[in-house]
Amino acid sequence: MKRMSCVALLIVSACILLSSVCTGANQIVIGVNAELTGGIPVVGRSCKNAAEMAVEEVNKAGGLEVAGTKYTIKLIVEDNEDRPESSAAVAQKLISQNQVLAIIGANASRNAIPPSQICEDAKTPMISPWSTNVKTTQGKKYVFRACMIDDFQGLVCARFAKDHLKAEKAAVLYDVASEYNKGIAEEFKKSFEALGGKVVSFESYTTGDQDFSSQLTRIVQASPKVLFLPNYYSEVPLQIQQARRLGFTGDFLGSDGWGSPEIIKLGGSDMEGQFFSTHYAPDIATPTAQKFIKAYEERYKELPDDVAALTYDSFGMLFQAIKAAGKIDRASLRDALAQITKYEGVTGTMRFEGTGDPVKSAVIIQIKDGKFTYFASVGP
Amino acid sequence: MIIILLQQMLNGLQLGSVYALIALGYTMVYGILRLINFAHGDIFMISCYFGFFAACAFLSNSIPTWLTFIATMMVSMLLTALVSVLIERVAYKPLRYAPKVSAVITALGIGLFLENFTLATLGPTPRGMPALLPNINYRLGALSLSSVQILIIVISIVLMVLLDRVVQKTMTGMAMRAVSYDKPTASLMGVPVDGIISATFAIGSAVAGAGGVLYSLAYPIINPYMGVRIGWWAFIAAVIGGIGNVRGAMLGSYILAFVEVFTPMVLPSSTYRDFVAFTVLLIVLVVRPTGLMGRVTAQKV
Repeated sequence: MKRMSCVALLIVSACILLSSVCTGANQIVIGVNAELTGGIPVVGRSCKNAAEMAVEEVNKAGGLEVAGTKYTIKLIVEDNEDRPESSAAVAQKLISQNQVLAIIGANASRNAIPPSQICEDAKTPMISPWSTNVKTTQGKKYVFRACMIDDFQGLVCARFAKDHLKAEKAAVLYDVASEYNKGIAEEFKKSFEALGGKVVSFESYTTGDQDFSSQLTRIVQASPKVLFLPNYYSEVPLQIQQARRLGFTGDFLGSDGWGSPEIIKLGGSDMEGQFFSTHYAPDIATPTAQKFIKAYEERYKELPDDVAALTYDSFGMLFQAIKAAGKIDRASLRDALAQITKYEGVTGTMRFEGTGDPVKSAVIIQIKDGKFTYFASVGP
Repeated sequence: MIIILLQQMLNGLQLGSVYALIALGYTMVYGILRLINFAHGDIFMISCYFGFFAACAFLSNSIPTWLTFIATMMVSMLLTALVSVLIERVAYKPLRYAPKVSAVITALGIGLFLENFTLATLGPTPRGMPALLPNINYRLGALSLSSVQILIIVISIVLMVLLDRVVQKTMTGMAMRAVSYDKPTASLMGVPVDGIISATFAIGSAVAGAGGVLYSLAYPIINPYMGVRIGWWAFIAAVIGGIGNVRGAMLGSYILAFVEVFTPMVLPSSTYRDFVAFTVLLIVLVVRPTGLMGRVTAQKV
C-alpha cells in the first residue's frame, strides 16, 4: 500500500512537472503572486481578476507579436496566503519550476519585499502592482512597481494641505507599528515643514487600538487646521469620530489606505467632504481608464479598485516591454522595462528613470455624496 | 492646561470603565478556579457581535430607542453568558483536575477558536455598529463630554457596585467566596460547586457582554480581532489590582487607563505609552507580587 501511494505520488508529480515545463512553442509564461487568502483577500482577488482580464484581451487578439511571431500568454496564478515566507516560496517556484518570463506581484509591501530579493538573484523581472514601500525596489535591477512610493505620497499630501487646504498648522496621528503608516507620516512632516508649515502635534498609536482620545485631546489643544491620518480604512472612521467629539473642527486628510469603499459605510456622514491621496480615481476621464473600467465592470460586476487598475497597468507595461525587447528572454525584458519612456495606463502616464519606481502622478479624491470623487491630479 | 487635565481624566474614566467590565470576568474566574481564562477577550468580541445583530434586528422594528438599547444590552448579556457557560462545560470542566497548564492552553485555544470561527462565518470585513442612542456632545467651556461617555461611566459604575454587592451580600456570592477559598471543604458543606462555577462564568461574561454593547456604542467598528488587545489590557488591569479580587480589578482598570491617557501628556510622544503601562505593571509586581489588593497565599508543596 505504501509503495503504491509512493508510485502514485511520483506519477502525479511527474505529470505536474511535465505539464508546467512543456509549454507550447509560441507561448510566454507569466506568473502572478497574489494574496488570495489571508488578511487581505480582496487585494488578491482584484489582482487575479485584472491579470486574467489583461491576458485574455491579448490572447483574444491572437497573442503578442514579438519580432514577427505571435505568442500566446499563459498565466500561472499562485496564492501567497498573505505571508512573507510563503510569498518568497511562490516566487521561487514560479522561477525555477514554471520557468516564467516575469512575475507580477506580490501586492502588499510585507509580501513583496522577500520575493523581490529572490527575483533579483534569479535575474527574473518582477513588477509589484501595489507595494509602495521604498525597500521593494531599492538597489535592485530586476524589480519594478506600477505605483508611487510612500515618500512621494507624503509629499503630495503635504503640498495639498499647504496649497489647497491653506493650512499653516497641521497635526498627524499614525500607527507607529506599521511601516507603511509610519513612512508616510514622517515624510509628510518633513515636506510640510519644508514648505513653511508647522506640524504642531505628531502623535502615534499601535495596531489594534480603538481609543485615540488621549492623543486626540492633545491634537485638538494644539488647534491645527488639518489632521493627517495616513492609516487604514478600518481605523480612520473611529479616529475621525473621536476627533469631532473632542471638538476638532478642521479638515481631515488621508493616504491610499483610505481607498476602500468600506470607509464610507463605516464612517457615514463624518467622512463627507474629506480628501485623500491615491493611485487612481474610478471616475477619472481618460479614454484608457474608461475602457478598462467598463470592461472590468462587465466581467466582474463590480468597480475595479486601485489594486485591479495597478495590476492591469503592470501587465500593460510588461507587454509593451516584451514587444520593445524583440526577443523572449529575461535580461532583454528587464532592459526594455527600464527603458520605458512613456506608458499610458489606467492610473496615468508613467515612465522609468533609472530606478524601478515609475515617475507618475498621484490623484486626490474627495468623498462626496457617499462616493469617491476625483478632485485633482498632482504631478511628480 | 487644567482643561487638558480634566479632559484626559474624562477620557481615562471612560476607558477605565470599559477595562473594568472585562477585567471583572478575568478576576472572578481566576478567583474561583485559579484559571486565567485567556478566551475572555474573545468572549468580549463575541458579545459585541451579539449586540450588533440584536441592534440590527431591533432597529428594523419601530421600538423606542431607549427600549432598543436596553433590549440589545439584555440579549447580548444573556447570549454571552450562555456561550461562556457552554465553553466552561465543554472545555474547562473535563480538565478541572488536570495540570493547570493544560487548562490555560485550552483557554488560549478557545480564544483562537472563537476568533477564527467568527472570521470564517462572518468574514474579516469590519462592521459598523448602528447608533442606538443619539450621541449628544455637551460642551462645558473648552471641555467636551458626550452622552455615550456619561452612559458608559454611569452604567459601568452601577454594574460594578451591583456585582460587589452580589459577591459580598448574597448567598450565591457567599458560596462563590467559599469555593474560591477552599473547593473541597465548600463541597463538603453542601455548596454545589459545579453550579457555582457556572454561575461565576455566567456573571463574569454577562458583565463583559454589557461592556461589549457599551464599547461598541463608543467605538462603533467591530471586527473578529478586536478582543485581542483589549483582552490583554483588561488582563493586565486585573493583575495590577490583584487577580482574584473583584475590587482590585476595578482599581487596576482605572489605574491602567489613567497611565495610558496621561503618559502622552508627560512624555514627548505617545509612542512610549505601552512601554510605560507595562513598566507600571512590572513595578507593581516587583513591589507587590500579588497585585495591589491581592492576598498572599501560601503555596502548598
